[in-house]
Amino acid sequence: MAASTAPVPAGTDAVRSDEAPPQDLLVVPVRHWGRWIAAVAAVTALTGLIGSLANNANLHWDIVGHYLFAGLIFDGLVTTLWLTAAAMVLALGLGTLIAVMRRSTNPVLYSLATAFVWVFRGTPLLVQIIFWGYAGALYKYVMIGVPFTHITFLQADTNSLLTPAVAALLALGLNEAAYASEIIRAGIQSVDEGQTEAAYSLGMRPALTMRRIVLPQAMRVIVPPMGNESINMLKMTALVSVISAHDLMSNIQDVYAQNYQVIPLLVVASIWYLILVTLLSFPQSWLERRYGRGTAQSGRTSPLRRLLTGSASRLRVLGSGPNHQKG
Amino acid sequence: MTVTTPMVHAEGVRKHFGRLDVLKGIDLTVERGQVCCLLGPSGSGKSTFLRCINHLEKVDAGRLTVDGDLVGYRQQGSKLHELREREVARRRRDIGMVFQRFNLFPHMTALQNVMDAPVKVAGADSAQARLDAERLLDRVGLADRAGHYPAQLSGGQQQRVAIARALAMKPKLMLFDEPTSALDPELVGDVLQVMRQLAADGMTMVVVTHEIAFAREVADTAVFMDEGVVVESGPPRQVLADPEQERTRTFLSKVL
Repeated sequence: MAASTAPVPAGTDAVRSDEAPPQDLLVVPVRHWGRWIAAVAAVTALTGLIGSLANNANLHWDIVGHYLFAGLIFDGLVTTLWLTAAAMVLALGLGTLIAVMRRSTNPVLYSLATAFVWVFRGTPLLVQIIFWGYAGALYKYVMIGVPFTHITFLQADTNSLLTPAVAALLALGLNEAAYASEIIRAGIQSVDEGQTEAAYSLGMRPALTMRRIVLPQAMRVIVPPMGNESINMLKMTALVSVISAHDLMSNIQDVYAQNYQVIPLLVVASIWYLILVTLLSFPQSWLERRYGRGTAQSGRTSPLRRLLTGSASRLRVLGSGPNHQKG
Repeated sequence: MTVTTPMVHAEGVRKHFGRLDVLKGIDLTVERGQVCCLLGPSGSGKSTFLRCINHLEKVDAGRLTVDGDLVGYRQQGSKLHELREREVARRRRDIGMVFQRFNLFPHMTALQNVMDAPVKVAGADSAQARLDAERLLDRVGLADRAGHYPAQLSGGQQQRVAIARALAMKPKLMLFDEPTSALDPELVGDVLQVMRQLAADGMTMVVVTHEIAFAREVADTAVFMDEGVVVESGPPRQVLADPEQERTRTFLSKVL
């Protein structure tokens, strides 16, 4: 085909007549037979599995339907949700503090932060949850005062203070803080040292520099793994059922302990966890775009908009617009 | 000789990183309104000395003052008290710095980069700071780029925003650390033009640079450094055209 479009010297009719006239040719794509066979096999297997589940009388879809929107299950859902949110907020706040302490030049602060991460990341979460649940057996009273004196400002009975919900929140939050601090520390380290120097040279103090210059940039690195952690946290709340914190899983267990319909109720739990996890992934992509401002990827549109407007607009956004002029 | 204190005065300034002596006793004076260009091969300590001036690096020995104030310390009798964070930051406000790699804040637009410190550090009124920032961006020829993020600007534009950002704190001294070394050759001219204008307006400047032509044209003093010492300094006519030291001659013959 290339020969027919090549320039031909004028007045050489003999050369022109030698060439075949351009014609339309049919393109035959490569046939991927293996793909077809694999797809058919996979769909067959999946249909079989779905069929066996749908027809399995032990699954009791009627019971699943009955409990899916039951009041007790709904109460558990609410507890699971606020427990997840509160534990993540606690983890983020404490995690940031520990991350900053681990970067401190003060050896005491550094050691404390390191020890915290060592303990809370080094023991199983299940053990920590049960520990907090039974803290009353370790300390009968909680006091706030001056150590090694008899000066006391506040005193309370441990069991009345550490309800299962509070114990669950502390266990999940403190454990997660250890992991969050490492993610945040990595985020802070990812920001170029020159940013701090530029902020200092403008007269910013270290605290303002961290808050205003370093952390917003670190967020770009922090958000994706923290989104992961949030999803993990949502599911890990199921562990607090061992101290009956009345979360979704606790209440599910309460129900099947009475009616012995273990499988249908586990299906109810799975459906709700799946729905909640799906909902959680939306704010993550929003946050990623929010903190990606000013980077090469900030031209990205939201996944939803891309779906609505088609891929052509995405190409245009990434290409050279008025924003890419050089001067 | 006048009795005004020099803007920058260094006596026997020393600095080492571990066992490596980077500055081995620097003596240097920069008078008000003067432009001092620091020249020399890489590793000669010129950037380190520049960073000592606004206390990004701590001086190990010697005496370094900016506008009569000791950098990083307060002298009381025979004792030197290390300055607190707050006081160090307070003094840095008066010293603008421009970096080789620009170091603009990538999550802020050009305008936000310029007006952030006046608002957050100096406590300026936000509307007034915005007007000032727009004027400064206009001064460096980037009025139409105010809403752009650094990633959307060329290197030369970024460096000019960085100069505007430093000027926004109304410094009495500007430090330039190889401001054109990371730029494409065709973009160097715009940045040098802004610096030339700044010098003409009477700003006191200390410039670490490899632009010999710029130094010859703009500098009041050219300082040639090598291996942590000042080899020779004086008017650029003399240091750059007819150097006394063999080491200076060798360096100049290589870069010119």
